[in-house]
Amino acid sequence: MSNYDVVVLGGGPAGLAAALASHGKGMNTLIIEREHRLGGILKQCIHDGFGLVRFKEKLTGPEYAHRFIEQVQAQDIPVLLNTYVVQVDKSEAGFELTVVNRQNGIEKIEAKALIMATGCRERTARQVFINGTRPAGVYTAGTAQHLVNLEGYLPGKKCVILGSGDIGLIMARRLTLEGAQVLGVYEAKSTPSGLSRNIVQCLHDFNIPLHLSTTITRVFGDDRVEAVEIAQVDENMRPIAGTEQVIECDTVILSVGLIPENEIAEMLGIQMDAATRGPVVDQHFMTSVPGVFSCGNSLHVNDLVDYVSESGEIAGASAAQYVRETRVRELVEIKKDNQDFLYVVPQHININTSNQQVILYFRSRDIRENMRVTIKSGDNVLFSRKYVILRPPEMERVRFQLKGDIPAGRPIEITMEPAEDKGVAQ
Amino acid sequence: MKNLICIECPIGCGLQAEKNGEQWIIKGNRCRKGEQFAINELTDPRRSVCSTVKTIFKEVPRLSVRTDGEVPLKSIFEVMEQINRVILERPVHIGEVIIENVCNTGINVIATSDLIYLLEAK
Repeated sequence: MSNYDVVVLGGGPAGLAAALASHGKGMNTLIIEREHRLGGILKQCIHDGFGLVRFKEKLTGPEYAHRFIEQVQAQDIPVLLNTYVVQVDKSEAGFELTVVNRQNGIEKIEAKALIMATGCRERTARQVFINGTRPAGVYTAGTAQHLVNLEGYLPGKKCVILGSGDIGLIMARRLTLEGAQVLGVYEAKSTPSGLSRNIVQCLHDFNIPLHLSTTITRVFGDDRVEAVEIAQVDENMRPIAGTEQVIECDTVILSVGLIPENEIAEMLGIQMDAATRGPVVDQHFMTSVPGVFSCGNSLHVNDLVDYVSESGEIAGASAAQYVRETRVRELVEIKKDNQDFLYVVPQHININTSNQQVILYFRSRDIRENMRVTIKSGDNVLFSRKYVILRPPEMERVRFQLKGDIPAGRPIEITMEPAEDKGVAQ
Repeated sequence: MKNLICIECPIGCGLQAEKNGEQWIIKGNRCRKGEQFAINELTDPRRSVCSTVKTIFKEVPRLSVRTDGEVPLKSIFEVMEQINRVILERPVHIGEVIIENVCNTGINVIATSDLIYLLEAK
C-alpha cells in the first residue's frame, strides 16, 4: 500500500491546481486521473478565451492546461493515469482508497486528506424529456466536441442545437467551421444561458439563428435522426399547442446543463447543497467530512476556468494546512435569500482559522440591475459592493477578510438590495 | 448609432458606437479594450480561428491549432480551408508554427497542444 499526505481525484484544471498548491506546501501529493492524459475537459476545448483573468491572455483550453501540466511534470508530482477510484473508506490515517488500473490491478492507497476535483457531467437527452424515437444522431455538446476536436469525426451535416449553454454555442461555430450546417439554436428559457460574447462570436458571426422560448418536443427517425419537432413554450416552459413545426435534420446537439460529479463524495456521506449539486463547504473548501476537500466543477459549475484553478489552489493549500495542524472547526452558516441568490459557495465560514481571507462565489437568481450585495455578521459589514448588473449565467466572485466581531452561532448574512443611487460600480 | 456587444472578455459589455465626423465615439465599455474592439468591429472586423489539423499519428489523430493573431472575419473559411489541407507528419511542441502567413494575412497558424507530450503520455 502506498501512502500520501494528499490525494487529488481528477487531473483537470481544478485537480492540477490543487496538486500544485498542495505539493507547493510540502505535501506528498498524488493525482489520480481516469483518462490517459492530464487536462480534463480542456483537452477538447480548443477554442480560445481561457485564462484572461489569470494570465491576461486569450489561451485555448489545451494551452491553458499545458501551463499546469508542465509544472506538475517539472515538480515530479506523481500521477496515476487510466486509474479509477472504486471505493473510499475512512481509515486511521485518514482515508483508504481502492483504485484499479491495468498495470497494477486493484490497489490500496492511503491518504491523510482527499481533494475531489472530479468535474461535472452533461445532462443527457434522458434528463430533458424529449419524446419520440431514439435514433442515432443525438449527442451531448461535449460528446460532439470530443468527436470533432479529438477524433476528427463530424457527427452530422444538418444540425440543430437544443440549449444555449456555452458549449452548445461553441459547438454551433465549430460544426459550421468544419462544414456542417447548423440550422438553429433552440432555448426553452426566454434568455440565453451562455455568455453574450459567445452569442456574438459563435452565432451572429455565422448567421446562426437563436430561437428563445422554443424547445424540441419530439425527435423523428428510426436508424438516424430525420427531423425534430419544435414548439414555442410558455413562461412555465410548457409547449404551446399550435406552434409546432417540423425541421429536417440529421443531428441533435444537446447543451442543456452540467451536473457536478460527486459519486465519491456521496460514498463518504458528504453533505450536499441542492442548489449547486456539489458538497457543502467552508471557505477552505473543506466538506462536511473533515479532511475531504472539493473544488472546480465538482463543487459547483463554473463558467470560467480561471476560477476553477483558483478553487483548486484554495483546496490544495487548505488540505496541506489540514494535514499539518488539525483544528476543531467552528462553522457559521452563510444565510441567503433564495429569492435573490441561485447559490453561494462556500455555504459556511469556519471562524476558528488562521487564514482570514475568504473567496466567495455566487450567482443571482435572475437578472438584476443596480444591486448592492452586502455580507455581514450582525452589524459588522465584511463586504459591500454595488453591481450594475447581475446575471445568472455570470458567476460573481468576491473576496473579503474575516475581521471584527464574528461570533459563533450567529449566521453571516449575504443580502442583495437595490443600490441607493445609480452610479458606477465601486 | 450602432449597438455592439464586446467580445474581448466574458463580461460582454453592451457598446454604443456613433460617428462624429471622422471619429467614432464609443460608450458602454468598461475598459479601453472595448473602445478599440468597437472601432475595429465597425471598420475591419477580425477574429482568431481555432481548429485542428490531421496528423499521421494514430494515438493523436488531430492536433489543436489556432491563429497567432486575428484574421479578417470574412476570410475565416479560407483560413479553415488551408488548415484542413494540413497533414502533420512530425511531432511538434506547443506553439510551433504549422502554417506560416496563412492566406497572406501575415498571421501564422500555431499548435496549441504539445504533440510530443501527447504521444509520450500513453
